[in-house]
Amino acid sequence: MSTLTLALRDSATMVRRQLKRLLRYPSMTVQLVVTPVIILVLFVYVFGGTLGAGLGGGRDVYVDYVVPGILLMAAATAATGTAVMVATDMTEGIIARFRTMRISRASVLTGHVVGSVIQQLLGMAVVIGVALAIGFRPNATPVEWLAATGLLTLLVVAVTWLAVALGMKSPTPEAASNAPMPLVFLPFLGSGFVPTDSMPAVLRWFAEYQPFTPIMETVRGLLLGTPIGNSAAIATAWCTGIATASYLWAKHTFDKA
Amino acid sequence: MTDLAIAANGLRKSYRDKDGDKVVLDGIDLAVPEGTIFSLLGPNGAGKTTTVQILSTLIRADGGQVQIAGYDLNRQADDVRGMIGVTGQYSAVDKLLTGEENLLLMADLKHLPKRTGRQKAKELLERFDLVDAAGRPAATYSGGMQRRLDLAMTLVGDPRLIFLDEPTTGLDPRSRRTMWGIVRELVAGGVTIFLTTQYLEEADELADRIALLDHGRLIAEGTAEELKRLIPGGHVLLKFADPGRLDAARLVLGLGTPDPEALTLQVPSDGSVRVIRQVLAVLDEHSIEIDEMSMHTPDLDDVFLTLTGQNGDQDKEPVR
Repeated sequence: MSTLTLALRDSATMVRRQLKRLLRYPSMTVQLVVTPVIILVLFVYVFGGTLGAGLGGGRDVYVDYVVPGILLMAAATAATGTAVMVATDMTEGIIARFRTMRISRASVLTGHVVGSVIQQLLGMAVVIGVALAIGFRPNATPVEWLAATGLLTLLVVAVTWLAVALGMKSPTPEAASNAPMPLVFLPFLGSGFVPTDSMPAVLRWFAEYQPFTPIMETVRGLLLGTPIGNSAAIATAWCTGIATASYLWAKHTFDKA
Repeated sequence: MTDLAIAANGLRKSYRDKDGDKVVLDGIDLAVPEGTIFSLLGPNGAGKTTTVQILSTLIRADGGQVQIAGYDLNRQADDVRGMIGVTGQYSAVDKLLTGEENLLLMADLKHLPKRTGRQKAKELLERFDLVDAAGRPAATYSGGMQRRLDLAMTLVGDPRLIFLDEPTTGLDPRSRRTMWGIVRELVAGGVTIFLTTQYLEEADELADRIALLDHGRLIAEGTAEELKRLIPGGHVLLKFADPGRLDAARLVLGLGTPDPEALTLQVPSDGSVRVIRQVLAVLDEHSIEIDEMSMHTPDLDDVFLTLTGQNGDQDKEPVR
């Protein structure tokens, strides 16, 4: 068998392992889905009336506005879970066992990433389902839905590889749960919950140039028809960049350890 | 000439920490013939686990040459990985997966055909007495069961050389005996075992050859018998009712170390009946009554304590 076939075969084995683990430990998945749903409901029903008024409408306008931000928040929250999962895994002897076996080294990490991506896309589907139930009214065509799904998948892949790298760098699972924390706040410090032009100058500058804003703007544009401009290109570049850098970082860390 | 499963020369490893470089392995030479049990014996922190980690490709040595089953450890690491199995000190099982799933995972990673893998998993579950627990997550297993599953996972794919890093640490005596039985069976099947342990009894029971590791250096190597011969640990301990008798005994025997407080006399002996009979005869001749008598034959404990003690003293002398 060639190296590539072996790598694919080992990766498939590791993905199966990871999916079994996720099924066996559902509380983590549930928590990752429930957290963004709670935030969604909180923002729509508690703050939504007032915030919607600021956007020139009401609660219904705000539901539409906030969903992309919630989706990114879901990805960021899930990153915490992935980092903890990886850090826990690294402290277990099983990883040392994998390292002493003649298998594709990257497959261990690939298993984590593919497993988490599947987990997160399912989570996002639930969030969108709840959003639709409480008044989210996208006007996207199937192609736009596909494009939005594609971008969100790319985002999830990027964030997951970053989480894997952070999880591996963390000395303990507890530390790993803190490492991706800043990601959870990025939607707040961007166009996730309120438009950036309502923010003070310094914060606005950060909000406009941080990676999550163009991603949220693109998703918003695709699902609701707001202007996208060059956000799509910037969003793709950010995701690809983060994914590549994180992959290399994670792989380097794994090989070196 | 027997082929060597492990041939190591001048293995070195040091770690950097805040106090500077800490030398963990200071030039270790190993020669382990195929099909034998080799035991690396040492206290905690002696460098046993580091040695296993290096030999099993987990970490790289700073210096030295190692060949595992004829493959160079650094340049042919993947070939080495194809030959070996490792059961570490901490259980290397996936606790969220069931026992059976863990074994099937190993079979997949060893690239066994599906049917062979299933067959192998079934065999190992039976052999390691895990059939009833096969469907439960490994997290619910007892320590001994996890260790058995761990070793079973190592055996999927039939490695020719198995590293067992303190395989019985933390196990109850019965589980320990079970583990020993399994190790013996493996060697009978032609497998080479590299065993680290801090239990002298374990090395004595299992190993063909034993090396004593202390502060990153091998301080002695040989069979258990050879090592025991290294030190004069055997003696007869005589206890007397009063100091007068003790002094008299010392006088008539002309040898022995008296302990006036305990009223005992320690007479060197090789443990033979002849020597004991002589001692008793001489004392009887002079009508010196003995209160108690006990025999002490040297065991690996003596060897170990004597040798590591000496080494400790040497370490205190300034080297730099």
